[in-house]
Amino acid sequence: MDWFFYVAAIVAIAATVMVITRLNAVHALLYLIVSLLAVALIFFRLGAPFIAALEVITYAGAIMVLFLFVIMMLNLGPRSTEQESSWLRPRMWLGPITLTIILLIELIYMLSQSGYQPLATGTIEAKQVGIGLFGPYLLGAELASMLLLAGVVGAYHLGRDSREERG
Amino acid sequence: MPAVPMEHGLFLAALLFALGLIGVLVRRNVIFILMSIEIMLNAAGLAFVVAGSRWAQVDGQVMFVFILAVAAAEVSVGLALVLQLYRHLQTLDIDAASKMRG
Repeated sequence: MDWFFYVAAIVAIAATVMVITRLNAVHALLYLIVSLLAVALIFFRLGAPFIAALEVITYAGAIMVLFLFVIMMLNLGPRSTEQESSWLRPRMWLGPITLTIILLIELIYMLSQSGYQPLATGTIEAKQVGIGLFGPYLLGAELASMLLLAGVVGAYHLGRDSREERG
Repeated sequence: MPAVPMEHGLFLAALLFALGLIGVLVRRNVIFILMSIEIMLNAAGLAFVVAGSRWAQVDGQVMFVFILAVAAAEVSVGLALVLQLYRHLQTLDIDAASKMRG
């Protein structure tokens, strides 16, 4: 019985339920970050430390910051400051902080164990993932880079304010 | 024998995917719909990594990297569309954009 996996899974499910039931977008975003961190812990436990790092850096870091930028851009104006202070009341932080502390305790306990074994099948290191990505999956990696380029161009084109051009 | 049966990992992925699907179907705010799509993509990636760890192959993790690229491209274009929607309609309600004209 691997209780690391099950505790992280319960945290992930609880945080995801909170995401889809919140009324406020910033609150939902906080819970979504907790959910992604829990899934990252599960990846670590499953013997995928590189994927766990990518999950934290790219999902919980970059993509969530993008969401935050857009939410904040949609609320420009004189009342945005008081709105933000009403969003982030101390009481609001209790739920996400509780869930994150559970994950933190789990992580510290897991790292402090000597002779840590992720799974019977063993850990797949970043080196092996890189050899796979740029070996048999090279075409896929190139296509993903083209997709990201298309995403950049599309976001730039769509994100421009079309009224500026006419004026 | 692995400490976590593969079925439990796949069940967790299915549950997270179902929660994301419920979010897409129930919520009408376009930002929440994009967040739910992120949850679904992440759940799909979790299923790949669980399967890859079951057979100790790198393919599952390589697929997760691809899913990550797709999610990043999707969310950047999607959020740019959200900005355009808000500029045109001054609302984030997805039902307000159901008419296919100007």
